[in-house]
Amino acid sequence: MLGVDRLTIRSTTTDPRAATLLADAHALGLTAIIAIDVADLVFVAGGSDRMQLHALLVDPLLQIGEWAVPSSKAIETTLMPGVTDASAQAVKLAAETINAPVAAVATGTRFEVHGDVDDETMSMLATRLLANPVIERWAAGTIEPTFVDAEAKAEIGVELVELDGLDDDALAALNRERGLSLDPAELRAIAAHFRKEGRAPTDVELETLAQTWSEHCAHKTFRARITLADGQAITPLLQQLREATTAIDAPFLRSAYVGNAGIVSFSAGTTIAVKAETHNHPSAIEPFGGANTGVGGVIRDVMGAAHRPIAVTDILCFGPTDLDPALVPAGVLHPRLVESGVIAGVADYGNKIGLPTVAGAVLYDTGYIANPLVYCGCVGIADDAPLPTGPHVGDLVVVLGGRTGRDGLRGATFSSATMDATTGGVAGASVQIGDPIVEKLLIDVLRDATGLYTAITDCGAGGLSSAIGEMADGIGAEIDLAGAPLKYPGLRPWEIWLSEAQERMVLAVPNSVDDSSKDSAWLQLQRLCDLHGVEATALGTFTGDNMLHVRHGHTSVLHLDTHFLHDGRPQRSMDAVLPQPDHEIAAAPACPDVTSTLLALLRHPNIASKASVIRRYDHEILGGTVVRPLIGRRRDGHADGVVIADPADTSGLAIGIGVNPWFGELDPHRMAHAVVDEAIRNVVAVGADPDKIALLDNFSWGDPRRPSTLGELVEAVRGCCEASVAHHAPFVSGKDSLNNEYLGTDGARHSVPPTLVITAIAHVPDVNAAVTPDLKRAGNVVVQIGPTTCEFGGSHFGKVNEVPSPATVPAPHTAAPTRYRRLHQALRSGRIAACHDLSEGGLAVALAEMAIAGRLGLSIDTLPGPDPVSALFSESSSRFVCELAADDAAWLSEQLDEPVTVLGTVTDAATFTLPGHSPIPLHQLLAAFGAEQ
Amino acid sequence: MSRPTAVVLAAAGTNRDHDVAFALDLAGAEARITLLSELVQRPALLDAGQMVVIAGGFSYADALGAGRMFALQLEHRVGDVLREFVAAKKPVIGICNGFQVLTRTGLLPGALGHNASGHFQCEWVTLKAPSSRCIWTTDVATIDCPIAHGEGRYTHPDPVSLAASGQVALRYGHGNPNGSVDDIAGVCDASGVVLGLMPHPENHVIARQYPGFTHGASGALGLTLFEQGVRYAKER
Repeated sequence: MLGVDRLTIRSTTTDPRAATLLADAHALGLTAIIAIDVADLVFVAGGSDRMQLHALLVDPLLQIGEWAVPSSKAIETTLMPGVTDASAQAVKLAAETINAPVAAVATGTRFEVHGDVDDETMSMLATRLLANPVIERWAAGTIEPTFVDAEAKAEIGVELVELDGLDDDALAALNRERGLSLDPAELRAIAAHFRKEGRAPTDVELETLAQTWSEHCAHKTFRARITLADGQAITPLLQQLREATTAIDAPFLRSAYVGNAGIVSFSAGTTIAVKAETHNHPSAIEPFGGANTGVGGVIRDVMGAAHRPIAVTDILCFGPTDLDPALVPAGVLHPRLVESGVIAGVADYGNKIGLPTVAGAVLYDTGYIANPLVYCGCVGIADDAPLPTGPHVGDLVVVLGGRTGRDGLRGATFSSATMDATTGGVAGASVQIGDPIVEKLLIDVLRDATGLYTAITDCGAGGLSSAIGEMADGIGAEIDLAGAPLKYPGLRPWEIWLSEAQERMVLAVPNSVDDSSKDSAWLQLQRLCDLHGVEATALGTFTGDNMLHVRHGHTSVLHLDTHFLHDGRPQRSMDAVLPQPDHEIAAAPACPDVTSTLLALLRHPNIASKASVIRRYDHEILGGTVVRPLIGRRRDGHADGVVIADPADTSGLAIGIGVNPWFGELDPHRMAHAVVDEAIRNVVAVGADPDKIALLDNFSWGDPRRPSTLGELVEAVRGCCEASVAHHAPFVSGKDSLNNEYLGTDGARHSVPPTLVITAIAHVPDVNAAVTPDLKRAGNVVVQIGPTTCEFGGSHFGKVNEVPSPATVPAPHTAAPTRYRRLHQALRSGRIAACHDLSEGGLAVALAEMAIAGRLGLSIDTLPGPDPVSALFSESSSRFVCELAADDAAWLSEQLDEPVTVLGTVTDAATFTLPGHSPIPLHQLLAAFGAEQ
Repeated sequence: MSRPTAVVLAAAGTNRDHDVAFALDLAGAEARITLLSELVQRPALLDAGQMVVIAGGFSYADALGAGRMFALQLEHRVGDVLREFVAAKKPVIGICNGFQVLTRTGLLPGALGHNASGHFQCEWVTLKAPSSRCIWTTDVATIDCPIAHGEGRYTHPDPVSLAASGQVALRYGHGNPNGSVDDIAGVCDASGVVLGLMPHPENHVIARQYPGFTHGASGALGLTLFEQGVRYAKER
């Protein structure tokens, strides 16, 4: 190769990245560093026209470019070979556009470090902060770039893996060696299948089975036969959820627990698809990429349900960001870096693809230090038309979108395994790299492609193996991988088949026409793709012989009966020991100082303002966000639920979230009730119709092979089903992420707390009548709806004060479903100025949040019940605070057919007064909450 | 001419094309979303329009700096046609990414760097229209609308003479969100027909889109900007 030119590009003013990097370095304890300057690097191989390139790449008003090699103290990073370098591709394309083509381009980043810094600190800075070893290389001084090898040749061969004659121990060893994450019974079933066939499986077949049968894809635990400690067998968990949905028989339900997303129809003429996914393991080792592709993946789920995405949600769980760096376990990223990477990753994908990121939550707990959780959801819309009915025999198997590379190999099996100190190193290839622009183009193509395909699914975990494998179920397909468009040459057949390269959809496309005057669907789809610059490739045909046959040219690499692939897995048998939570109502805890407790709660990271995070997400695009995640006078209070509506429509959708791992730790059954209730409360509070609510479940749990952990899961599912039936709000889709555990170098296992996220999606009949929690007018009164009980188990009061145990988790309220329906009618009257649900921190926090968001005072003179500490801080379910005219309080009580407590009056004074306590200046509440004065 | 045709240009990664098309429709124009690839093949598509709108988004993923790749394609494939369009005094507007594209093509002065905060920001701002030669803001005093960008810090070597020549079309009213010089949110070319601005007036074209709507407040619609452009295109 000829010489390499190297251009260093700096910002003329201080690079905005510098301040964040320095703060991060200091947070990691690297305080000797006084400044970090950042510059971008472009490497061009094979000679170039420097003048032209300089003019192309350096904006003289913003940047300075330098061709000489700098010599100051620095760390440089560049992407590992095989990781897509989008900037390099752009440089190449740009150079071609100006007729100054270049042979090969690579890019990197230069960090110039100032301060009295030794080599050890430099190395620590590089490995802990600047370079993620999973996707980047680094060097002290200057780095040598790696260019994509355009000449690489692939080995097309297949390996036969002999299983015959292997005993359980030998199978277990093979399982470990190949990272298959299969159960012993599953290994035996595979060995038996191939013994019957009289041959050994190929490596591709074994990997395909491991992916298809992984916990991630097959939901083995949710389909397992579970036996309780008393010997009683229970209905499999997934079946319980499905049966609850069937029992509700909601008229708006179109599709539940089938395909990529749940589908409902709240108003005539349109259907809504909803889905939420987790992307926990990838986000733990590469926060930006993991969260980024988590968003991309769930958006494709909605596209895979033949709906056009319209909004994105995210719920994030991190370790404490102020954690002492010395307490971070080996191989784990500091929570602060996980947080900043994940938030940037969510923002990057949602913002670039052009979807509003509307609803969400951010939670902090020590249980998430080694296993952060990232839940991403998506809502889509379509005209109410019959869903595609294919694939049909003869349809082409068409892959649409991005090219296939080595990114994200074996993601499904990886995400089904426990992590340890070496996970980041060995899992390198399982990290996926997102390209939201390619996915945006897929949305654009699919918007106009209705009728051109008979089946569609996305390429998620397991890549083509899983997407085509699922579509071929019961029909069969013949595939030639040699036709797959690749990012770079040299991929072996199993790599192409299993790669989790992002932004790909698989479609079944008819290639024949009944009417010879018309073009085939395939021809029309190709034209549409050409227009948008999207690649579409036919890899094969759906055959009708029930066999999945994969070749690479003339080499056969997989030949499996689709019945065995999908139904051959033996049902897992598991044991569960149910938790025995305390339901004794204890005396209320002591509260030494109400004011300082309230301020401490407002300051708590779980309750404090998330405005700085939410403002990183575009929640305005599409012009349909009516109730934003941030509400109130200064747009810095938190909404209960959000409301979106097409700007041309009166009706819309509300989205609400319920999550409470602290309840989950103590009482998973009550927790499930409470979080279903919370998600529903959130949408009802903004004006949604309680008769038109659909739910999504997302479980993130520890290793379910531990009977106590499975017992917690069993109880949570029971609570979900009961609450869903009680509220007449069916579950339409869900996803479980199990094995969220970290095996410490000390041999101890660290599991996440039981974290169930419930997403409620609901119909809002009139978005113009939507109600928000911010106080509106001095002179109005605030009233509490729903009774308070002394329930401090898992409460946030307990995080800032002592709570004597046992303390109970809030119990379900049988009156809630009726209350919500009556409240909805009252809200529709327009007489309620503000409505807020009571959750973390109880009544005191809810009232303070209403005052903060409305920048108005409150004078409270009455508390419900005899015990002020419970009244103020207990987290009993199914309660609201409403603001309305003083004369209307009796009317509301009548509407609800239950007593309400008039708590006090909204005032113009900038003070917040609780009975028997000195007024708290509003500015103190604002400061504690983290809002601007 | 009852409803002038507005050619809304979109490239790979443009994502507010439908939002601005909705706004143009309300303002009395016929919006026609046109892909850059179509325009490159048939530059005459531009002549069919009386207005050109370069919509917001992340064209080409902001590779090499926001708007650069889009601008390169425009410049090298249809630069002459676009300049003729402007020379004929037909109104052109670039919003957010479109503004970045127009500065990169040289049709508008200055440049847009990374926000002072170092990251993407989505929040509502109030815009004030000083007296300028911009035809898009002729009867516009104030607009309330959101920003949603990561590279919106306007820089110009001589903002004083820019203002003196009547090319500062919009300023941030209460607080400067991104560190732009002289609080500049939008600038026009010397002729006044080409406007570029970072905020999104297309996301405040009906009353309900204003955040204060839920507490009974109303804001100054961004629709007025598009109405001015449409009026000019009709009367020209």
